Amino acid sequence: MNIMRTIRVALRALFRNKMRSLLTALGIIIGVGAVIATVSIGQGAKREVEKRFEAMGTNLLFVRPGSRSYRGRHGGGGSYTTLMPKDAKAILEKCDAVQYISPSVSGRAQVVYGNKNWNTSIYGVGEMYPEIRKWEIEEGIFFDENMVRSKQKVAVLGSEVNENLFEGADPIGQIIRIKKIPFRVIGVLKSKGESGGWFNRDDMITIPYTTAQRRLLGIIHIQSIDVSAVSTTRTVEAVEQIEEVLRIQHKIAPGAEDDFNVRNMSEIAEGAAESRDVLIFLLGGIACVSLLVGGIGIMNIMLVSVTERIREIGIRMSVGAREKDILFQFLLEAIVLSVLGGIFGIILGVGASELISLLAGWETLVSNVSIVVAFFFSGFVGIVFGFFPAFKASKLDPIEALRYE
Amino acid sequence: MKNNNLIQLENLTKIYQVGETQVNALRGVSYNIKEGDLVAIMGPSGSGKSTLMNIIGCLDKPTEGKYFLEGEEVSTLDKNRLARIRNKKIGFVFQTFNLLARTTALENTELPLLYSNTSKKKMRELAYESLAVVGLGGRELHRTNQLSGGEQQRVAIARSLVNDPSLLLADEPTGNLDSKTGNEIMDIFKRLNQEKNITIILVTHDPEVAQITRRRIYLRDGQIIKKEEQE
Repeated sequence: MNIMRTIRVALRALFRNKMRSLLTALGIIIGVGAVIATVSIGQGAKREVEKRFEAMGTNLLFVRPGSRSYRGRHGGGGSYTTLMPKDAKAILEKCDAVQYISPSVSGRAQVVYGNKNWNTSIYGVGEMYPEIRKWEIEEGIFFDENMVRSKQKVAVLGSEVNENLFEGADPIGQIIRIKKIPFRVIGVLKSKGESGGWFNRDDMITIPYTTAQRRLLGIIHIQSIDVSAVSTTRTVEAVEQIEEVLRIQHKIAPGAEDDFNVRNMSEIAEGAAESRDVLIFLLGGIACVSLLVGGIGIMNIMLVSVTERIREIGIRMSVGAREKDILFQFLLEAIVLSVLGGIFGIILGVGASELISLLAGWETLVSNVSIVVAFFFSGFVGIVFGFFPAFKASKLDPIEALRYE
Repeated sequence: MKNNNLIQLENLTKIYQVGETQVNALRGVSYNIKEGDLVAIMGPSGSGKSTLMNIIGCLDKPTEGKYFLEGEEVSTLDKNRLARIRNKKIGFVFQTFNLLARTTALENTELPLLYSNTSKKKMRELAYESLAVVGLGGRELHRTNQLSGGEQQRVAIARSLVNDPSLLLADEPTGNLDSKTGNEIMDIFKRLNQEKNITIILVTHDPEVAQITRRRIYLRDGQIIKKEEQE
């Protein structure tokens, strides 16, 4: 009996019992759909983050306190106070591969305007911040060197904060209170939009870092230095120069470890991508478990099906079906069922991720690899879980099968 | 060694193990059946007639003894070879019809051809012919549940004929039919035997069924106790 014919026999048998076939395949359909959807959501999020990183430029560097081996996981820089404003100035003066620098401190605070209240992030930064971050001004101006030097209480709002406090009214020149301290609004930043649904980059206020240190945080150190290199090609050179300068600034003996780390944007991007990958694997893995459960469901139903069709198997054997004919028939039924289920699952998964990106605004990226993998995996599930029932069926004794009630 | 015996049974013995007991279903049955014969195997239940039929039909193998079908010894063949023989040379008709549910008469009739490398077109052709022979022309596309008992048995007969077998085995073919329909079915068997010279073996306990046959054997406790020959 050739393959095409067996497939047709299998299909006919499946169609004879549409309801049961559907319910059996449901496990696979949902499993595959879940795999496709979760992987595409994960991929979309990853792509989203990648795009943002790309937009920020690859000549961006971050100098943070604490040596490389701690990789900034020390929690908000609170325990490391080794980075100072003069370090930033030294970098700007002495590194010719460096174009801009911006010392940085941050914290959260309650901001009040009139009867409006908003809890947001306060970023204390330098006057070159917009150039480094490629962030344009929507209206008004950003603070300049003088304002920073004289620790003025001026603020440039992120678009989200502006909307929440001023609701369309002109904020320029108005006084807001940050931690009860009055600040004058001198500008509003352009909106950059949400970053993959995780956090809103427009929900923040920038003030001169000097003011933040003195007025808000009561510290004299800084938490990090944003640096942009003169060009992408000179970024590596910039890193070397910064490290050299800081080692001198911090009086680090030759051979001793740095008490700071300089990180390239792309390294951070890779790190974020890695953690996203872990997430994707995790979600995909969970979905695969459900696929496995679907396979067990198929085996169960195929076993029931074999039992219910013992008579039929006997009839087929009596007219000349051999063991392997019966084995192939039932095995193929299981495979066809799981592959069809896989196909429907793929459609379901793609549809679900489209729907989610429509409703939640998250970007989803359906990966062709995941579709191919899901397809073959569902076929594999059919083979593995369909084999045992098919084998049982083929080993039935025709006489007893014919006698079965 | 060629002779015109379609079937030669030599000392067939069948012993079953049922739990701890041994059941001697057949004890040394010997018999010959020629091509074109119309034979009845009769006996009460438990006499071994079903066992004998299963062996003749190549569904089972004897524990001892030999069975020659068309001159070839089939009693020692493996399962696959037996399946081939069932497919090509033997047709079954059962008391309970044993058609596939939710399937058309045509598809039911085609079933044996599925396992014998026949083209789809040829399958259709042969099935239509077969159904015409049993008088079901026009009802080929009716499904099993749309057919009466008598019609279902006709489909079963058509199925058994579709591969042009040498031998037709019928196990209580009228057991589930009323007497009128039963007679119609028996007429078909008679006609097939007369017109096409198909060898037919009927297994039954009903003497009315056995009426159309020319030769009869009576079994009891696994042995032939009486043989009747009519001319």
